[in-house]
Amino acid sequence: MTTENWTYLFIFLTFGTYIYIGWRARVKESAGFYIAGQGVPAIANGAATAADWMSAASFISMAGLISFMGYDGAVYLMGWTGGYVLLALLFAPYLRKFGQYTVPDFVGTRYYSDVARIVAVICAIFVSITYVAGQMRGVGIVFSRFLNVDVGTGVVIGMVIVAFFAVIGGMKGITWTQVAQYGVLIVAFMIPAVTIALKLTGNPIPQLAFTTSGIVESLNQIQVDLGFTEYTQPFQGKEMIDIFCITVALMVGTAGLPHVIVRFYTVPNVRAARYSAVWAIIFIALLYTTAPALAAFARYNLISSLHGSSISVNAEQLAEDGAQTYSLAKTTEEGEELNFDWTQGWQKTGLLTFEDKNGDGIIQLAKDESINEVNIDRDIIVLSTPEVAGLAPWVIALVAAGGLAAALSTAAGLLLVISSSLAHDIYFRMINPKADEAKRVAVGRIMVLAAVLVAGYFGINPPGFVGQVVAFAFGLAASSFFPIILLGIFSTSVNREGAIAGMLVGLLFTAGYIVGEKYFGMPRWCFDISSEGIGAIGMLLNFAVTLCVSAVTPPPPQEVQDVVESLRLPDHAGPAIVLDEGHE
Amino acid sequence: MSKNVTEEDRQYWTANKKLITILLSIWAFVSYGCGILFVVPLNNIQFFGVPFGFWMAQQGSIYVFIILIMVYAKRMDTIDHRFHKDEEGAGE
Repeated sequence: MTTENWTYLFIFLTFGTYIYIGWRARVKESAGFYIAGQGVPAIANGAATAADWMSAASFISMAGLISFMGYDGAVYLMGWTGGYVLLALLFAPYLRKFGQYTVPDFVGTRYYSDVARIVAVICAIFVSITYVAGQMRGVGIVFSRFLNVDVGTGVVIGMVIVAFFAVIGGMKGITWTQVAQYGVLIVAFMIPAVTIALKLTGNPIPQLAFTTSGIVESLNQIQVDLGFTEYTQPFQGKEMIDIFCITVALMVGTAGLPHVIVRFYTVPNVRAARYSAVWAIIFIALLYTTAPALAAFARYNLISSLHGSSISVNAEQLAEDGAQTYSLAKTTEEGEELNFDWTQGWQKTGLLTFEDKNGDGIIQLAKDESINEVNIDRDIIVLSTPEVAGLAPWVIALVAAGGLAAALSTAAGLLLVISSSLAHDIYFRMINPKADEAKRVAVGRIMVLAAVLVAGYFGINPPGFVGQVVAFAFGLAASSFFPIILLGIFSTSVNREGAIAGMLVGLLFTAGYIVGEKYFGMPRWCFDISSEGIGAIGMLLNFAVTLCVSAVTPPPPQEVQDVVESLRLPDHAGPAIVLDEGHE
Repeated sequence: MSKNVTEEDRQYWTANKKLITILLSIWAFVSYGCGILFVVPLNNIQFFGVPFGFWMAQQGSIYVFIILIMVYAKRMDTIDHRFHKDEEGAGE
């Protein structure tokens, strides 16, 4: 069977499974729709959280990024996993005890203010839309590379599938499809990683092969030979302070991401919230400790195979459709003939290009751009690994299905955040608090559908900034949500005025710096910190402003302080959570 | 302070905060300390042939994170039990 047929088969099977699960998990009540009826077991929520959180970027791009950044890639590894420690210790148990539907719900109740709620809704929607556009784009790219359908058609297919299980199943449908999607994506990520580890080092466990086989040493040596610095050399692309701030922003931003936080609302009790964080970090770490290994293997493999191979124009392809591609070949020291046919497909996408600059018929890789003859887009590292390693077509197809699972699961979680922000926080809490169950669920479904359409639109017509908005999403989550949620739990005296001022200052400073640096050529006046890391400073400002303003304005009402006290006690029978909206 | 909060509740919260402080100190030490601030000197130490600072940044810190979250969940079970927070409320 061809790779294409295998891909169709896997996509058909996995999508069929998601639809079936979505149908089985269909819901009628708003509690089921927004928080899966709080009946999700800890381990299932851990898997769902892992799939929710690991996006197309984690699956497709991260190993490639690390491969190109070397040590500096650790910002993503530590940043995105370290955030879970914050989430597990500082947020998950208390927000579960709070037990409402959304993050703006917590902000609005804790700070007894509709203004705070609206600021939170705006942050949640902005963070989620920037994120979801990237996921839809990821879906489109996988479809176009592996099935030769155009990106637009791919996005539409993805939209239909997500819409189906999110609209009828709400959070419950999303949860159980995410569990399945975690299974698909982790298998799809691990099989090629294990195979390439075995092939290069003889050790099938990527983490062990990375540490003990000496491959990192060999890679360092090759890099030095070609004029690069060592792979493990720190601070090559970024200064130490920038690495520090980016790691802070990613950690704190992770802990403040609304679609991840709401996952902890779906478990039965506080204890289950703690244990689902344990499962989540284990499931995530499986991919996150494999990725740096894969990054090093892929880099070693690419450099050692492509460098020094002979290059000639692929006449067959040129005659067929006029496309200028090259054939590469090499004879190993053992006399084995290698040809790199896998490069053909990637050359056509433009993500891998060769140019025999000195005309000697041999490919040279070098740091110096005037000599270097290979350009590799980092996004192809993971997707091309099975082909580079010469794996069976079904493995290649599985990777495509895994990429789709990663993108769709994250998209679904984000769409629900957008929907619940509008349907629950705006419509039910502020416009029509008397709406009955049926109406609330109906509005929720309509909002999911609307969000799918918006996400799809951005997937097909990506705004030029998609690649850069990740900085936005994390920076804004870090500088807006994190401080006020943290203080909302750990301080009884922080008040409405402080929280609103803090959120606005954090948000405006961070957004202003990012926009200024990315679009208006503003110098990095703040300690030379890049846009990716500025959320760390925004967060500090938010903390400072919130605490100062709270100190000079009246403390929160007693019933709000009682809510805070009750959050801290897992089984406390004390004051019911105050949901009276009449404080303003 | 709310009249509904007992002395035992306060001790429970203090025990919780102490545990969080200890675990987050380790968290900061392995990631920001070993992984970033001290990575250059630590890279002089070889860990199975990989520079140790680099290994902590790309592997070790993540393993420590798993242990920290696990220890938190386990220790909180003990603290819940000691302060009687694990009774009927667990099934709410």
